Amino acid sequence: MEGSIESGGGFPAGLARPIARRGFLERTGGIAAAVAVGGSLSACDSIFGGGDDGGVVLDFSTDFGVLNYAYALEQLEAAFYAAVVGHAAFGTTFPAQERLVLQDIALHEAAHRDFFAAAIPALGGQAIPTLNTLFTSINFADRTQVLNTAQMFEDLGVGAYNGAGFYLRDAALLAIAGKIVSVEARHASAIRDLLSPRSGAFAPSAFDDALDPVTVLGAATRYVSANFHLRGR
Amino acid sequence: MEQQNLFGGVDPEVQERVASRRDALFGMGRMGLTLAAASVPVAIAAMARSAFGQTIPASIVQALNFALTLEYLEAEFYTRAVAAGVIPGGDQAIFTTIRDHENQHVAFLQQVLGSQAAARPTFDFTGGNGAGNGPFSPFTNYGHFLVLAQGFEDTGVRAYKGQAPNLMSIDSVLQVALQIHSVEARHAAEVRRLRGQRAGTAEQAPYKGWITLSQVDAAAAAIQSVYNAGVDAADFPTESNTVQGGVNVATLPGQTAASASESFDEPLDMARVLQIVDPFIAG
Repeated sequence: MEGSIESGGGFPAGLARPIARRGFLERTGGIAAAVAVGGSLSACDSIFGGGDDGGVVLDFSTDFGVLNYAYALEQLEAAFYAAVVGHAAFGTTFPAQERLVLQDIALHEAAHRDFFAAAIPALGGQAIPTLNTLFTSINFADRTQVLNTAQMFEDLGVGAYNGAGFYLRDAALLAIAGKIVSVEARHASAIRDLLSPRSGAFAPSAFDDALDPVTVLGAATRYVSANFHLRGR
Repeated sequence: MEQQNLFGGVDPEVQERVASRRDALFGMGRMGLTLAAASVPVAIAAMARSAFGQTIPASIVQALNFALTLEYLEAEFYTRAVAAGVIPGGDQAIFTTIRDHENQHVAFLQQVLGSQAAARPTFDFTGGNGAGNGPFSPFTNYGHFLVLAQGFEDTGVRAYKGQAPNLMSIDSVLQVALQIHSVEARHAAEVRRLRGQRAGTAEQAPYKGWITLSQVDAAAAAIQSVYNAGVDAADFPTESNTVQGGVNVATLPGQTAASASESFDEPLDMARVLQIVDPFIAG
């Protein structure tokens, strides 16, 4: 079954940064806004001690929570592209130039995923487990559907990193997130160019989205059989 | 003239997006959407100031003026190129899109900085430092135009990335800078792919919107410095860097030095960036 998201509206004490991080349900317009983006969301402002149901806890009160959030998204992207390039019809679904693009992106997303898997424990944190992904709704022999899904994942990734940057407290980790997000943006541009060649579609706005984690995970849960528990924001 | 139009005529969708981001940051509900279009960046600037009292810290003003200088450069570059007719009809939509984005970035930064905004330099897109006799003819030679476009965009990506840690003290400013940074990366990828797809040219791999090692194709040798290391090289390594946070990505399963370098873009320091664009600024 599809995953869900439960979020505890934390007001972490003792933040060093000058601008308070408000409870995210308040910031995003509440439960209704969260439910609107995904099919099976649940949100409870009062549940704070959960996460013992096998779900994935993303605790933003430390940078490791933010890194694990990125790790979750990279797992999802890497699994998606692995399924794309590993599909039996890959060679006939996409022309040669598009296969090269998709194979490159598959490698990059795997690099991002495996980087977080190695870096989080190396820095002293605990990485979230490997997520079970669900791509049964995608017909991998349908070029347009695959590219549209890829565009959604890339734009979502860009918005996720842009929206999570200010949660990071360590400048070195912000720098690394910055190194990744521009590559995600390059992917988004390329995928959009495959769908709408030589148009203005590669960059739909002068300002890319910066998405709240509730929105991002809400969109992601369709493809992950995990329950996310957001904490400490 | 261009700027006056922009201040009054920024795309309402853009205004809404910026306003929404601000709402998300500050929990102000939807009231921001009712603000007059041009006042939204002003509101962000005001909130940025309120976080620190009366003034934005000098270090942030410096970083934003640095960004503004690069945006002035890009905006004028594309505005003049589109007007000059050097761009073939089939590629026009790409560069009017980029031109409009760069103009919006200029307008946004000017409004955030207010009276502290840097003046628009005089540019020399021949790369002649104002003498007009440099090696590039971007407004009559499309190949030159594309090489400089790639160089300016990839430089912009590195420049914003390099400044992000300097903007951490004001969440809203950091976030909008990130929202611009990723758009510059979209531009860079599009230009790189377009260059690669040009028939009959010995240019780069025809599909890559990303940076492989610190390579440039033969036609772009003049912009090699865009991809090299800054100062210091530990914080601002060459684009061929594969070690991230102590992890050598090139040794991860299935990866190579090339794929690892493509997977992570590298930041560049302010002094090095200014050195790269210096030939295009008069005086």
